[in-house]
Amino acid sequence: MTPPTPSAAAPLEVTDESAEKSTPSDVPKVSEGRSPGRLAWNRFKRDRTGVMSACIVGFFFVIAVAAPLIAKLYGKDPYTTYASERPELLNPFAYPSGPNGGMSSEFWFGIEPQLGRDVFTFLLYAIRNSLGIALAATVLTVVLGVVIGTTAGYLGGKTDYLVGRVIDILLSFPSTLFFIAFMPVVFGLFVAPDEEIPTWLRATALIIVLAAFGWASIARLLRGQVLGLREREFVEAAKVTGASPGRIVFKELLPNLWTPIIIQTTLMLPAYVTAEAGLAFLGVGMIDPTPDWGVMIARGASFYTEDLTFMLFPGLAMVIFVLAFNLLGDSVRDALDPKSKR
Amino acid sequence: MFRFLVRRVIGAMVILLIISAITFWLFYAVPRDPAMMSCGKNCTPENLAQIRKNLGIDHSIPVQYWYWLKGVFVGRDYAGYGYCDAPCFGYSFANNVPVFDTIMDRLPTTLSLAFGAAAVFLVLGVGAGMLAALKQGKFLDKFASSASLLGSSLQIYFVGYIAMYYFVAQLGWLDQPSWTPFSDDPVAWFSGLLLPWLVLAIIFTANYTRMTRSQLVEQLSEDYVRTARAKGLSRSNVFFRFAWRGAMGPIVTVFGIDLGTLIGGAIITEQTFSLPGIGRLAVKSVDQSDLPMLLGVTLLAAGAIVFFNIIVDAVYALIDPRIRLA
Repeated sequence: MTPPTPSAAAPLEVTDESAEKSTPSDVPKVSEGRSPGRLAWNRFKRDRTGVMSACIVGFFFVIAVAAPLIAKLYGKDPYTTYASERPELLNPFAYPSGPNGGMSSEFWFGIEPQLGRDVFTFLLYAIRNSLGIALAATVLTVVLGVVIGTTAGYLGGKTDYLVGRVIDILLSFPSTLFFIAFMPVVFGLFVAPDEEIPTWLRATALIIVLAAFGWASIARLLRGQVLGLREREFVEAAKVTGASPGRIVFKELLPNLWTPIIIQTTLMLPAYVTAEAGLAFLGVGMIDPTPDWGVMIARGASFYTEDLTFMLFPGLAMVIFVLAFNLLGDSVRDALDPKSKR
Repeated sequence: MFRFLVRRVIGAMVILLIISAITFWLFYAVPRDPAMMSCGKNCTPENLAQIRKNLGIDHSIPVQYWYWLKGVFVGRDYAGYGYCDAPCFGYSFANNVPVFDTIMDRLPTTLSLAFGAAAVFLVLGVGAGMLAALKQGKFLDKFASSASLLGSSLQIYFVGYIAMYYFVAQLGWLDQPSWTPFSDDPVAWFSGLLLPWLVLAIIFTANYTRMTRSQLVEQLSEDYVRTARAKGLSRSNVFFRFAWRGAMGPIVTVFGIDLGTLIGGAIITEQTFSLPGIGRLAVKSVDQSDLPMLLGVTLLAAGAIVFFNIIVDAVYALIDPRIRLA
């Protein structure tokens, strides 16, 4: 893949546009230069699927950020077991007494079986927590991958060889297995074995573990790109003018790598959302009283034959989010790299 | 070809060696004493020391690792269990059975799950992708593309339960997923695994449909395909012998990776369908701080990934003679 070449693409696009707009009486406007980012944005705006999925993804992030506010307006919280104050909410078998998982005007998404928490606020906070963890892990992974990948590619030689081998090994690791095996180790670094693990530590450990195994693929990709770029004239020129390696990597090379970085990021975030939920589902990620997408699905799994409704909400929400994010990712890719074929 | 294989196998051994060493180190990075677990309540220091000796953990960590390695290649002597022939992966801390036997016991489940699902999703995915590429822009293409987009956004821990709810609990069309050895009862083996295969297939098929379609679309617009058509070869001949051969490479690569990952433990799948395979063994061994078992499972999982990588590279060269193995 070649880096975007604004000099070739920009004038073409501009003449195109001005030809469309110009009426016979009009003097052709002075063609203004447009940055590649601007061009990509224009392409993205024309993609209806992309804009729609961006709205859905945006909606998820908005409710994640505004969860406390929404819960306040709604008047409930995800921790209170409403059934213990009002036993009539659950039937004698500890399942919601109302139809459809106890959905009502008071409890919009119904009542959780057994404990009797409010499903709506639990889901709100679950989305908030899961997205927060996945986002933090993505940011950390991308930063690690970019720094290691570009540095290795630029320096070459022994550093590159060493980093290359580390990446090879990391990529042959069975990742889910190592997430599971690594979590207790990270806990062990911070708390004594018999102490209770605080929630913030669980979240931090998840972020660290996800990033520790995730950076390799993005680093490998960028390393390859940098290997091609570093032979180009502008790097030579920078070197001749006496720029430091750090400057060359971050000021000269990095701007040429934004496209693959953004594309990788859009692939990574939904993958991390599902991975984080998967770990919670297996019981090694976040655990019960903390609202979390995977915790909710694991809870739902324990009584899915009796009350499927409880599981449908987190499950469908996740499918919608991941689907919208995948579509958004495709559109972003098309916008940034119009030559690529899917 | 031979030199390529030798080189790659040596490389794979090195990677497995490093992975086992990292697992070993990771395990002991947390302060824990496996002897304490099997010692029970009335634990005297003498008992503890004896158990440590029996389990073979009365040495420093590097020495323990050395003994473990020795066990794998030439066998080793256990104070508690006597001599253990190579390949000796040790005895489980949790229930004192040989690790090798336990893994061999669990492996058929995981292999059946992986290969069965792989057969389904490969046929469905490639077939749908081919149809989509042939009917570019038509209804069938759009349908296959949207279905594959939806499929790739599903998660096994959600779809699995939904499928079990509707097809097993409500409609009763399929059997509750379970494991019966093929040699015991082939019908029960098949019906117990059918649902997991189908659910795994739904999720994996998507990727293959998308990839097959885009690869074929690209290949079909190449000059060599037009030339083949122009010199009068039949449509199907051109499609399968020319375009498809050119399109296969990336699909083989991804298939190898997927198969390796599945064999290394479809952990979430096995958990969802309560199948007693390698994946659940792995989760259990982490829960019980069972180092020998964890090491065995990790090596198997990493080994599967590395093995299929080599296979993929070799197959790649067979498909595309332009690639020279060196």
